[in-house]
Amino acid sequence: MLKVSNLSVSYKKINAVRNISFEIGKGEIVSLIGSNGAGKTSTMRALSGLVRVKSGSVIFDGQDLTGASPSQIVSAGIVHVPEGRQVFSKLSVGENLEMGGYLVTDKKKVRDRTASVFELFPILRERIHQKAGSLSGGEQQMLAIGRALVTGPRLLLLDEPSLGLAPIIVERVFDVIRELQKNGMTILLVEQNALDAMAISGRTYIMESGSIAMEGPSGEIAENDEVRRIYLGGKETWNSSLLN
Amino acid sequence: MEFFTAQLISAVKLGSIYALVAIGYSIVYSIMGMINFAHGELLMIATFSLWLLLSAGVPFAVAVVLAVIITAVFGILIERIAYRSIRNAGESTQIITSLAVSIFLEALCQAIFNSSSKALIIPDVFSQTFKVLGVTVSVIDVVTLACTAALTVAVVLFIRHTRVGKAMRAVADNQEAANLMGINKDRIITTAFVIGSVLAAVAGILYSGKYTSFSNDMGFMLGVKAFIAAVLGGLGSLTGAVAGGYIMALLEVFFSGYLPQGIGSYQTAFTFLVLILVLLIRPNGLFGSSARERS
Repeated sequence: MLKVSNLSVSYKKINAVRNISFEIGKGEIVSLIGSNGAGKTSTMRALSGLVRVKSGSVIFDGQDLTGASPSQIVSAGIVHVPEGRQVFSKLSVGENLEMGGYLVTDKKKVRDRTASVFELFPILRERIHQKAGSLSGGEQQMLAIGRALVTGPRLLLLDEPSLGLAPIIVERVFDVIRELQKNGMTILLVEQNALDAMAISGRTYIMESGSIAMEGPSGEIAENDEVRRIYLGGKETWNSSLLN
Repeated sequence: MEFFTAQLISAVKLGSIYALVAIGYSIVYSIMGMINFAHGELLMIATFSLWLLLSAGVPFAVAVVLAVIITAVFGILIERIAYRSIRNAGESTQIITSLAVSIFLEALCQAIFNSSSKALIIPDVFSQTFKVLGVTVSVIDVVTLACTAALTVAVVLFIRHTRVGKAMRAVADNQEAANLMGINKDRIITTAFVIGSVLAAVAGILYSGKYTSFSNDMGFMLGVKAFIAAVLGGLGSLTGAVAGGYIMALLEVFFSGYLPQGIGSYQTAFTFLVLILVLLIRPNGLFGSSARERS
């Protein structure tokens, strides 16, 4: 469904992503894990058109999206739920969802999608007139996902959806991700919470200093000694480098 | 009492002009984070356009509509040519650029039309007067108030309830998220400039229509005062811009009317003194949110 080949991204003079290639098949959950600054978010931002692709290509369902604008990418069916949720805090919950439908010309679709978002997250219906900024962190995360769903995506890019949430809410977020997959959604998941991410994803890519250091079925990656040591033993050992 | 009422009417008139101009500053600021110091020059552009059209024999109503459209086109061009490329530059670059645009437009106007003051001949009906509660009011005063009320309500309804209006608030709230929803920021910024320019054009025409004489520097002081009104109300807040405009005019008119003789002509100084005091207590303006809330 998504084929990324030799993608590089740089900010000013720093190469944040170096020549990475990966694929996501329809209906898959793929997780992308790695330490801070490994290039996960930069990869996502390149996929959604927020940063310019320096080289390489992004092909989505046969359509070349390399260097496309965010609105072209959203129209093509890829939507990015950014880290830190980024809801429109001064807009109401209802208006936030409406903004998800900004590019959708068929307003009936927007209404239907909003209705299914309310089914997935009943709390949002209760809070429809409330300002998004007044919601709790977990509710804001649900709103951010809901708003993205109203765009009518086929591929959802989730950047750190569990960040800063209470454990019980994290569980709920992962349940939602599973539920979305059951309904046929394809998901690329970036997570600090690596073990949880590997538990719900079919395949995992590990990024390190802008490159992909390891890839494979999540089950196998999770069993890997080096990976286990890093994730169960603390982050300071991460730089021992999987590449060597 | 009569004097008081007359002063009040005069303040409401002036406040309406300030409010219309202040809304423009506020809308552009909330979306671009930039203060467009050339905003006042749009009043000059509207007035000169109207004057030229009228001298060319264009009927008044048509000329007003055309002058508003011409001003909006100037607003769009200013953003395209001068501001788009410095959108992500530092604040000081943006301030200097917009000041440069302001000075350039005023000087260009002077070079073409010289700096003498000109007379704007508007239809007689506007200068007709009638008595309300013993105070003489002219038609243009009523038109000024009606236009301000109608335009303010229209802008508020547009921003609250239309798709593009909501997208404007979304961009003002979180540009990156708006971008991710496919909202085209260029188009939203253009819309903001069109709204600001239309309001400024109407304000410019009402102002020159009232005083019937104008010159190329008319936009400067009006622009500065309206900008201060917007800051007083809280930059980025529409309610604040309107309230700021009226408060500013009330202070100015009442200082000028009630200060003892000899210092009455210092009304502007006293007005600004009050504004400085207000901003010392509420640095974000009367209706502004603090920087922390905004982020």
